[in-house]
Amino acid sequence: MVPSPASPKPFRLWPFVLIAAVVGIAAVGFAYTAGWLSPNRLTPKKLVAGLAPPGGPALGHRRNHAKGICFTGTFEANGEGSSLSKAPVFVRGQYPIVGRFNLGTPNPNAEDAMVRVRGLGILITTPDGQEWRSAMINAPIFPVSNPQAFYDLLTASASKDPDAMKNFIAANPGFLTFLPWAKSDQWTESYAEEPYNSLNSFLFVDESGAKHPIRWSLIPAAQLVSISPADLAKRGPDYLEQEITQRVAAGPQHWNLMVTVANPGDPTADPNKAWPADRRTINVGTMTVQQIEPERDGPCRDINFDPTVLPAGITTSDDPFPAARSAAYSRSYNSRTAEEADYPRNATGARQ
Amino acid sequence: MTTSRTRFTAPQRLPHWLMAICILSMLFIGVGMVSTITSKYLTLVQIHKPLGIAILVLALIRLTLRIIYGAPSLPADLPEPIKLAAISSQYIFYILMIAMPLIGWAMLSAAAYPVVLFGSVHLPSILPVNPSLHTLLWRAHHYLAFAFFAFILMHVAAMIFHKLIRNDGIFETMAPGSTHDYSESK
Repeated sequence: MVPSPASPKPFRLWPFVLIAAVVGIAAVGFAYTAGWLSPNRLTPKKLVAGLAPPGGPALGHRRNHAKGICFTGTFEANGEGSSLSKAPVFVRGQYPIVGRFNLGTPNPNAEDAMVRVRGLGILITTPDGQEWRSAMINAPIFPVSNPQAFYDLLTASASKDPDAMKNFIAANPGFLTFLPWAKSDQWTESYAEEPYNSLNSFLFVDESGAKHPIRWSLIPAAQLVSISPADLAKRGPDYLEQEITQRVAAGPQHWNLMVTVANPGDPTADPNKAWPADRRTINVGTMTVQQIEPERDGPCRDINFDPTVLPAGITTSDDPFPAARSAAYSRSYNSRTAEEADYPRNATGARQ
Repeated sequence: MTTSRTRFTAPQRLPHWLMAICILSMLFIGVGMVSTITSKYLTLVQIHKPLGIAILVLALIRLTLRIIYGAPSLPADLPEPIKLAAISSQYIFYILMIAMPLIGWAMLSAAAYPVVLFGSVHLPSILPVNPSLHTLLWRAHHYLAFAFFAFILMHVAAMIFHKLIRNDGIFETMAPGSTHDYSESK
């Protein structure tokens, strides 16, 4: 038994001061780490809130690319990717895909002809349980160079100040190189006719451990048929989903996965800057979309297409976007799963 | 379980201090990672998962050692409320140390995320994909983390109190190094 002091000691203040100081410093350090003392820090919360339309986000839905439709299919690797990456997904063979065609809008009820950016999310699984997730869009470059600029773009486009966009473009001239594509009248009439680009640079790691900076694109096998937004509007607000459903029911749709390898000095940290067209490009396999399923209770419904979920053999580069996207997607996922009651599930109830 | 020993055994003290470092780091990593969009986010997430599993393993080892070796008895003159606080806080720490990593793992499973420890090493899913379960577990993970930090602050405050104000030997039961036996030094 441990003996205790025989007689009470005189009161000393300094041990209490020490306790207060230790607890106080630890608590302040914790609060600082949590961002509570840094109102200017760009947090996932701010970034996701910046995506919301004036009336607030559509509860229960993804905070961006909210309108979409699920598919299942396969990725058939031809083995060519193995020279650049040791990821098992590039070993010749067939791997299942769960994916989602979508529109770049926070409004799940947007009309197809109102949304310029179309996207594709995929999740490829290999037999050892490794996953490769990617969320791509049809734009050839990203509108801005870094996440802060993306937040500034969201803020400027939501601003009532008539000079907001002018000021934004003055600070981010790279936006002007994106505009010609965004304003072009050359839309396609189908999700199946779109190319989908990673835009962000990643690193392929080969068997020797060497890292190769790359970007990738899914290039459609379907013939591109151009349509003006006005003509697309005439086909109905949900034409793209109806069209892809019928098209895939009639026959599987294919895309080639093209990997572009950077030359030394090519910008990897800036998805606003395209790489020159003569860069080495390798066809590493074919994605086949075999079945379309409605998103409600569909297999992609609860998947977060976080572009940083990568197999060993693919890693992020110095491109700042994948980290920012991962942080924001996680926030979006947490919000929408917590709002499950607001999501219009099918009357039959939860999927099995 | 108590014994007449005046200190925790060395195999108990080492994991205690190792875990003190791991858990404090873990809590700072946790609040830091959810509040940033910089590339630090990915680094912190990549540390958070394997470190969480390491804490789970260490906690189970500690629990086993605790069952084997027991704990030194509390000073006889310790007031009842403090005794109760001391004993219940130990239960709370064991529950949090084991529950937090399990909740995190289950939460990732319910969200269909792969639980990647490093490279191609990943853990199996322990729950089916389910938004309501994910929300429940995410909230538990979130709020328990703050409770955990608050408990650690109280724990530290209590230890300074025992050492500098009561000087009753409680701090020495877990103090690192080969400190001489407290009771013999009196």
